Amino acid sequence: MSNLPTLAVWKFASCDGCQLTLLDCEDELLSLAGQVRIAHFLEASSEVLAGPYDLSLVEGSISTPADTLRICEVREQSRLLVTIGACATSGGIQALRNYADFEEFRSAVYASPQYIESLATSTAIADHVRVDFELRGCPIDKHQLLELITAFLAGRRPEIPDTSVCTQCKRRGLTCVMVAHGTPCLGPVTHAGCGALCPAVDRGCYGCFGPMAGANLPALTRQLRQGGMSAREVDLVLRTFNVAAPGFAEHREDR
Amino acid sequence: MTFPAAVLSMAGLDELISTLAGDGYRVVGPTLRDQAIVLAELTSAGDLPAGWAVQTGPGTYRLKRRADSAVFCHSAGPQSWKQFLHPPDRKLWSADRDGFHPADDRQQPPFAFLGVRACDLAAIDTLAGVLGAGAWPDRSFRGRYRGLFVVAAGCTEPGGVCFCASMGTGPRPGPGYDLALTEQIDQAGHRFVVEAGTEAGAQVIARISHRAAGEAELIAARAAVDAAAAAMGRQMPAVDLAGLLAASRDSVSWEQVAERCLTCGNCTMVCPTCFCTTTRDSSGETGEHAERWQHWASCFELDFSYLHGGSVRSSGESRYRQWITHKLGTWHDQFGRSGCVGCGRCIAWCPVGIDITEEIATLVALREEGAGEAAGD
Repeated sequence: MSNLPTLAVWKFASCDGCQLTLLDCEDELLSLAGQVRIAHFLEASSEVLAGPYDLSLVEGSISTPADTLRICEVREQSRLLVTIGACATSGGIQALRNYADFEEFRSAVYASPQYIESLATSTAIADHVRVDFELRGCPIDKHQLLELITAFLAGRRPEIPDTSVCTQCKRRGLTCVMVAHGTPCLGPVTHAGCGALCPAVDRGCYGCFGPMAGANLPALTRQLRQGGMSAREVDLVLRTFNVAAPGFAEHREDR
Repeated sequence: MTFPAAVLSMAGLDELISTLAGDGYRVVGPTLRDQAIVLAELTSAGDLPAGWAVQTGPGTYRLKRRADSAVFCHSAGPQSWKQFLHPPDRKLWSADRDGFHPADDRQQPPFAFLGVRACDLAAIDTLAGVLGAGAWPDRSFRGRYRGLFVVAAGCTEPGGVCFCASMGTGPRPGPGYDLALTEQIDQAGHRFVVEAGTEAGAQVIARISHRAAGEAELIAARAAVDAAAAAMGRQMPAVDLAGLLAASRDSVSWEQVAERCLTCGNCTMVCPTCFCTTTRDSSGETGEHAERWQHWASCFELDFSYLHGGSVRSSGESRYRQWITHKLGTWHDQFGRSGCVGCGRCIAWCPVGIDITEEIATLVALREEGAGEAAGD
């Protein structure tokens, strides 16, 4: 038992949805529990083992001064550190404040803003410490998470291809919502992983998984504009869960 | 050997489907789904897209109501028959602690394809030349290909992105079909003139309700298909494409196309002949079970050209050039024919509407400009 590799799950500024994905691995969770020692996972158990940890999954973004210190401690205690989800990987939806007046937000949202100790920005974990792998998505995909953990257990590289959502969409045999329906879709510039969830229900891709490597945003935004969207509307589709992700952020006109 | 031509009514077409299904085939043909005419398993002629046509252009595909109830008067849709012959995801083997188990898909029932246009018939033949031939054929593909029953459909209404006539693959279906239908609707009614290409095809016709086709009917049906050659929305410039592409390695046009290209891979996924795959291994949570799967891959993916240390073709320019050069040029060196059949899918299903015929026209114009400048020097 004590020889099993240890797994720790950490939460920073986030909604807990990505941690929940691990608990959602219902069928696989029990067999997984026999392969790793869950050493720190507050959402699942109040039992906490002391570090160091073999694999740390980090959810959430850095958004308070305390976070900036705690993430360094997590890094020091972790052999491998993997970020899970859009918050940890690009700052999340809360990074909208990076493009607004933070003081105004704080005073408008909280009754007693003087007690709120927060940073003016929400940033990715990789902006603060070295990250060994980033798992994308808002939330992450259960199958990719299992692939990541089983690859870690086998000591191999995770098979998480950096391709467009279109490649998964087409492999599923779905009809392109952009070409056949004129529905705006971020699929051609978005990192695969969700299995083309939204196009499967006749919706355009929202870009939850953030930009794929080498995404050609200007070409897509030009097409969205030609399809009738205003510059403001194009900015809005890029202002979601990955608003601060390099690859999306620099292509908004309102940045 | 030639077989006498026959005429089927709509009820006869329905009988054709049920007869093939009764013979153990999975009958696949066009049907309406998700505001498109897709390919799926059919249970009766009632599943066919009666009264629907399509309007296609670069980056656009829309359904259009017809005045009649034609079932085959639409051009290529979002998928091709590749989806079935060369499936997007396929298990190759699995392994447990007790041994190694190759996947066996030989037990799957064979396919009967209904409504294969000339371009796609040529594409199936092209795929067979790539995957089913040579010293190391893909046995899984070959099994599906050999069991195939093909009912071709003469194309009488090509679409806006079609250019099979200029690729020499259509509109009249070439060899490779068991049966070839031509749909006709006029005062004489809604019917299908059928020509058998194989003994198997002729035998199926003998078992279903039909009447003999008159000489004039057969000539009219063939003429309707041949007339489609003049109605293609596009044409590939009639030049030596392999030579043009080989001479255009450093063309300025690659940079221009890369400005528009999303490198999303849609063109390769919808192409009926793009055959590239990758394999992925998985090991279960307990490490007691492992699997290897084959998946479609695209030369537009960075992973595709990943070698030690990075991707060889990292820019959009190099990836688009690779795709079009292989498709229209080096495919000849490799497989003795063109990789393009002129179906136009890559034009319609490119989200930004990049047009392979226009890109070739640009290369031709740039070459002529270059030659003009050289002469003026």
